[in-house]
Amino acid sequence: MATVTEHLETPAYDGPFRRPTETQKGIVSWLTTVDHKRIGILYGCTALLFFLIGGSEALLIRLQLAHPNGHVLTAEQYNQIFTMHGITMIFLVVMPLGAAFFNYLIPLMIGARDVAFPRLNAFSYWTFLFGGLFLYSSFFLGGAPQCGWFCYAPLSTMGLPTTIGTLFYAIGLQITGVASLVASVNFVTTIINMRAPGMSFFKMPMFIWMSLVTNFLLLFAMPVIAVALFELLFDTAFGTNFFNPAQGGDPVLWQHMFWMFGHPEVYILILPAMGIVSEVLPTFSRKPLFGYTFVAFSGVAIGFMGWGVWAHHMFAVGLGPIANSAFAISTMFIAVPTGVKIFNWLGTMWGGKISFTTPMLFSVGFITMFTIGGLSGVTHSIVPSDYQQTDTYYIVAHFHYVLFGGAIFGLMSGIYYWYPKLTGKLLSEKLGKTHFWIMLIGFNVTFAPFHILGLQGMARRYYRYPAHQGFDFWNMVSTIGSFIIAFSILIFLINIVLTKFKGKPSGDDPWDARTIEWSIPNPTPHYNYLEIPVVHERDDWWHKKYSEDEQGNLVPVVAGASDEAVAHAEHAEPHMPKPSYWPLVAAAALPLFGYGVIFQWALGALGAVVLLVGIYGWAMEPVE
Amino acid sequence: MTTEAIAVEEHGAHATSTGLDNRKLAMWAFLGSECLLFGALISGYLLYRSKGVGIKPHNVYDIPYTSVSSFVLLMSSLTMVLALAAIQRNEERKMRIWLTATALLGMTFIGGQVYEFTSFVHEGLSLSANPASSAFFLLTGFHGTHVTLGIIMLLSLVGLSLAGKIGPKHALYVELIGLYWHFVDIVWVVIFTVVYLMPVPKH
Repeated sequence: MATVTEHLETPAYDGPFRRPTETQKGIVSWLTTVDHKRIGILYGCTALLFFLIGGSEALLIRLQLAHPNGHVLTAEQYNQIFTMHGITMIFLVVMPLGAAFFNYLIPLMIGARDVAFPRLNAFSYWTFLFGGLFLYSSFFLGGAPQCGWFCYAPLSTMGLPTTIGTLFYAIGLQITGVASLVASVNFVTTIINMRAPGMSFFKMPMFIWMSLVTNFLLLFAMPVIAVALFELLFDTAFGTNFFNPAQGGDPVLWQHMFWMFGHPEVYILILPAMGIVSEVLPTFSRKPLFGYTFVAFSGVAIGFMGWGVWAHHMFAVGLGPIANSAFAISTMFIAVPTGVKIFNWLGTMWGGKISFTTPMLFSVGFITMFTIGGLSGVTHSIVPSDYQQTDTYYIVAHFHYVLFGGAIFGLMSGIYYWYPKLTGKLLSEKLGKTHFWIMLIGFNVTFAPFHILGLQGMARRYYRYPAHQGFDFWNMVSTIGSFIIAFSILIFLINIVLTKFKGKPSGDDPWDARTIEWSIPNPTPHYNYLEIPVVHERDDWWHKKYSEDEQGNLVPVVAGASDEAVAHAEHAEPHMPKPSYWPLVAAAALPLFGYGVIFQWALGALGAVVLLVGIYGWAMEPVE
Repeated sequence: MTTEAIAVEEHGAHATSTGLDNRKLAMWAFLGSECLLFGALISGYLLYRSKGVGIKPHNVYDIPYTSVSSFVLLMSSLTMVLALAAIQRNEERKMRIWLTATALLGMTFIGGQVYEFTSFVHEGLSLSANPASSAFFLLTGFHGTHVTLGIIMLLSLVGLSLAGKIGPKHALYVELIGLYWHFVDIVWVVIFTVVYLMPVPKH
């Protein structure tokens, strides 16, 4: 680091405050960072923290439901806890974990030094963090949302003892939505415009393809939920009647808008995990991804078709047989590209030299668990069958299989796989495998019984169930399973702590991987690439390391590739964008607006001032 | 045109994969997202325009009045084009004049909207009168907010230019804000046609 400062000129004093320099240390350097890797780490750590909070809420739910007529929580507390569990896991855990991977990996995998707009990227993170804190502050300021993560109106706007939670919901999700929207503009631009020379679209790693689709989905889904949330907010705070049928409003409009966002959202949650798995499987099967173009196009197909299936969340609403049939068919159709992917992943492993490392185990776990969840999803597409399943634990089983068994397993795979890029150390394989097996067992013990409970008719969202309905045994099993999951997460945390103190250096390419992010040292230098790479092949790094002889056997390339970094050592360190306070300042304005609407208009006025100062400070900041 | 020092931080100075400046691509992506925002608001209005009891928006429209203010807003797109053309010819003073003209036309439109809203409320069409009025005010209010933000950006450009912070090197900034401004104008064309001019079927 010491050599870096020599290349920098003293910045001209030009704005209201001096721009912080790269040499800043400690907490200030994290508050002002615009480095995509540090922002990725911030996203990841924050999301894991929220994961622990959301997980604790899940344990409370399971404790309440362990016995019939549970008395751990009151009805109102239970409503708050299950609502916040859902909101946390979707908006504050899986989405930001995806964002953590986008941040850390997109520039590395496309051979860039940063994202297109580094300060905007920092703004996304701080906005997400403040949105999450805003949502959680509701517990201390009158009560958390009690309306479920979909917050159906008019129950949410007028049917509850207190609707202050609905205000926190409507504004909190708006704030995290701003974070997602800004990030999606940034990532779409980065992927389309900042690929290394030679990296055409069909030479991009599959994770980048899935990131591109996800960010386009975010780009177009966020404004839809924004409008819905504004209408919900106006109904709750300003006395409008968008969703009040007594005054001519239509509650079904909320459901349409929510699920028009909500179904693309499902793919926003799962596609990053699919991208991760598509990188991990080829590496540990020592084969290229089977049917690369099919996987890419099926991701794109999911992106398009995801907009035409939303009403399968509303079969029981009474849209009529024609609408229900149309959405049933489109829902069955969207299983096709998903199935294509699953077969391509199997094809990737088929005949490969598979090594079952921890990331590989999590990826295989992803495929199996996600397939189970996908199959129960197809059963929902049959309308008469869905009438029986809707609002029962069968649905809860389905979405935990796709979102926990799918998204979380995939993201865990990515954490184990790319951990050396962050720290230069490998997580312990022994603890990692223990983590995987305990989590797999705990997961199935928790959520498989939900299928049975749901088919027996146990309803979702009830805080109690009576004894002797046939629900007692499987609820107890599920509660035990949830603590097994908690134990596996403990092992994961121990693994992280032990690796910090005792972990062995990983070397630069510990997995003998395929994509170019492994061609640079671990941990990643702050400028990423000393020299921007030129890409010739799909899986370019693999082709720099290996070629094939006449019989098709792999032969290591002797000279060149791995010495590239040494050969270019005389290059000056690249000039990187400087840190900035302003994204943090601008983001801090958004929760103030929220508190302004809920409590006191003066706070909103303060927010406007902070936002103006933040944006003008940002725009006027010396660039160098 | 855009290979300026100020662009280094956002990597605009490097050759991009598409040849299009990052900031321009980002603005197009953002406008794509905005289409969905206004799409949702407009379809919300179409669903609700005759819902609820009492006076409806279409009972109180003053079409000649709104036609004039629509014309004013459309003319502001012309002055915006002239501002960009001026800065691309290195005529910074002319750019300031045309940007100020654009902002003034925008303010005239906003002033007209404020007057329109006031008179509507006077006639009993308040925000919460019925779902039809709520949908109307949410849609046109959002559009007005967009125009207002555009005016703030235009005036900021004028201020920065007067302070000597930006000059002919930064024609891209004028172009980006121009893109946003034209988008907001085009959305108004849709709103004026669909909301004000399209007849409401009688039930």
